[in-house]
Amino acid sequence: MNIVIVGLSHKTAPVEIREKVAFPATAMEAPLQQILGLPSISEAVIVSTCNRVELYAISRQPDAAVVELKQFLADFHELNLEKLQDHLYDFEGTDAIQHVLRVASSLDSMMIGEPQILGQIKTAYGYACEYKTVGLILNRFLRKAFSVAKRVRTETAIASNAVSVSFAAVELARKIFDSLENKTVMLIGAGEMCELAAKHFVNNGVSKVLVTNRTFSRAEKLAEEFGGVAVNFDNFQEQLHRVDIVLSSTGSPDYVLDAKKLKQVCKDRRYKPMFMIDIAVPRDIDPAANKLDSIYLYDVDDLQGVVQANMKERQKEAAKAELIINDEVGQFQTWLSTLEVKPTIVALRQQLEQVRQVETAKTLSSLNKLNEKERKAIESMTCAIVNKILHHPTHILKQTNNGGDGNLYIDAVRTLFDLPDPVEQQTDPNPDKSD
Amino acid sequence: MTLLSGITTLIYLIASVLYLVSMIGKQQRAGQIGRWVLLIGIVLHATCFGVRHSTAGGVPVTSLHESLSFFAWCLVLLFLLLDLRFRLSVMGAFAAPLAFGLMVASALSPHIVVQINPVLKSWLFPVHITFAFLGSAAFALSFGAGVMYLIQNRMLKSKHFTGIYQMLPSLDTLDKVNYTCLSIGFPLMTLGIISGAFWANTAWGTYWRWDPKETWALITWFLYAALLHGRLTIGWRGRKAAIFSIIAFMFLLFTFLGVNLLLGGYHTFEAFAVL
Repeated sequence: MNIVIVGLSHKTAPVEIREKVAFPATAMEAPLQQILGLPSISEAVIVSTCNRVELYAISRQPDAAVVELKQFLADFHELNLEKLQDHLYDFEGTDAIQHVLRVASSLDSMMIGEPQILGQIKTAYGYACEYKTVGLILNRFLRKAFSVAKRVRTETAIASNAVSVSFAAVELARKIFDSLENKTVMLIGAGEMCELAAKHFVNNGVSKVLVTNRTFSRAEKLAEEFGGVAVNFDNFQEQLHRVDIVLSSTGSPDYVLDAKKLKQVCKDRRYKPMFMIDIAVPRDIDPAANKLDSIYLYDVDDLQGVVQANMKERQKEAAKAELIINDEVGQFQTWLSTLEVKPTIVALRQQLEQVRQVETAKTLSSLNKLNEKERKAIESMTCAIVNKILHHPTHILKQTNNGGDGNLYIDAVRTLFDLPDPVEQQTDPNPDKSD
Repeated sequence: MTLLSGITTLIYLIASVLYLVSMIGKQQRAGQIGRWVLLIGIVLHATCFGVRHSTAGGVPVTSLHESLSFFAWCLVLLFLLLDLRFRLSVMGAFAAPLAFGLMVASALSPHIVVQINPVLKSWLFPVHITFAFLGSAAFALSFGAGVMYLIQNRMLKSKHFTGIYQMLPSLDTLDKVNYTCLSIGFPLMTLGIISGAFWANTAWGTYWRWDPKETWALITWFLYAALLHGRLTIGWRGRKAAIFSIIAFMFLLFTFLGVNLLLGGYHTFEAFAVL
């Protein structure tokens, strides 16, 4: 049994292609059932997001499955496979396991560490459960993927640094003020980035918003949006000592706030810290203000710098995450290869036992002069032969549990002795309880 | 009871490692475990004192060996209380190794339980010592918070962030911790000095003798008084207060150790003994 993946992502396909092969969430049943109907496939999940479309399947013939899945993807969307081919990737076995764990842990995302992808895979799994296209292996595998993603999230700092300018501003504010509750924000001027940052601040608990603008009506409009108060631009400086966080983005060619004025403001605030974000270019706030003890002034470049540093930090954390994933891939592969070992051994034994019984019965029926003791001797001799023959193969099958070639021997034994498919007959013997 | 104190030292070492791993490796969980380990440590440590009390009697501060150990205990106690209020596992990376270091220094100094000169036996003696030590421990923690504040402040100002940044609490919290320690430490130290003066009066018949320890303690007391005054009335806070609390702690350190080692006087441990 192999996990097989066919798909494309933002790394291999532009949006024009991705949008063509996307599966709408409202109509998942038909494609899922169609995949399940493919000859070499026994379980299926479709993950379709704006950045990736991936088909997860379980198959005994991974090579054939890849071809079928690719053809399905093209046919279903009425596309030419040759054109699609270049954008598609496929994985099987441990590569497939690793790929899914990486995707779920957001290591393969456009923005490393973003939290949405895990939810999207959970939704995809939900559909597959609803339409009963997942079985023993994908069930266990996806639940494993969710728990690995959770582990990555808690054991590495992959998602803990803001990677957008406005979030970086909120995070910096938290490093200065601890809680943003009962803090006051003042918006000077109105820029899109400023508004966005203000929104983040309000969402994170800032209670009071003051807005000032050269055009008072604009200030009023914006203030209304945030449930704040509009302040006249001519005397906004008189309000500054009540403000903890300043967001400035006017179109003014000169400084709107000079360091001398701010020095006075600090004094009026009894040197309570003040976080000033100057998004304007040319700048609104005299950079010398950062030298004042209680003022922390950040301009656009500073914030960009923070974001870039955070990105680097995430990449460093991603390296730690890869180690966790490699570890988990090994564990899951072991489970997957042991999955078929026991049933195969049992089936093999049954097969030979049956042959032995039939043949012994035949022989004994033609030798009717034998006494009970002699009959028993023949019985035990045939048993011994079967056991001796099976001893080494059984040993090898059990040993390959932990190696990567487990499937190879199992498949060989199954083919050589014409054994029935072991997995389909059993239910999940050991459901993953970590979820 | 050297086995028990040995185990205590080992537990402080484990807590130190956990807190340092937590800070450097950004592992929140290690810090949480460190907290519990430290809690076990302090209980064991208190047991040491209990055993010592039942065999020798009195407060365990008659030798350098015991004083350092008792100071370590005070430090851990105050840290855990502070941690309860502010969740400061990063500060554990300062407090736990310091406690461990004090225990090692204690183990290395001569293990003698000095018989206290009967003249000095008074209920004021343990009171004096306990207040002075708890006050000093509080100031040590305010020093730690001050250092952390300066590191964090520097990173925020220079806009250059290194690994430890993520684990540091906000400036606001650090300033509050600094202030809390100061407002706990100052009254304790004041009581320590006053009870010491009364004790001196019962022992030697005079409240104040300008012994080097007394002089330096007074200087330190004035520094902390100035800092507290600055905070409460002029609005000193943040960087200025952090720097001040670091300087004041240097004076305290000199009062605590330097005076004994360099200047002598009747606050030395030898002076306690029956000669």
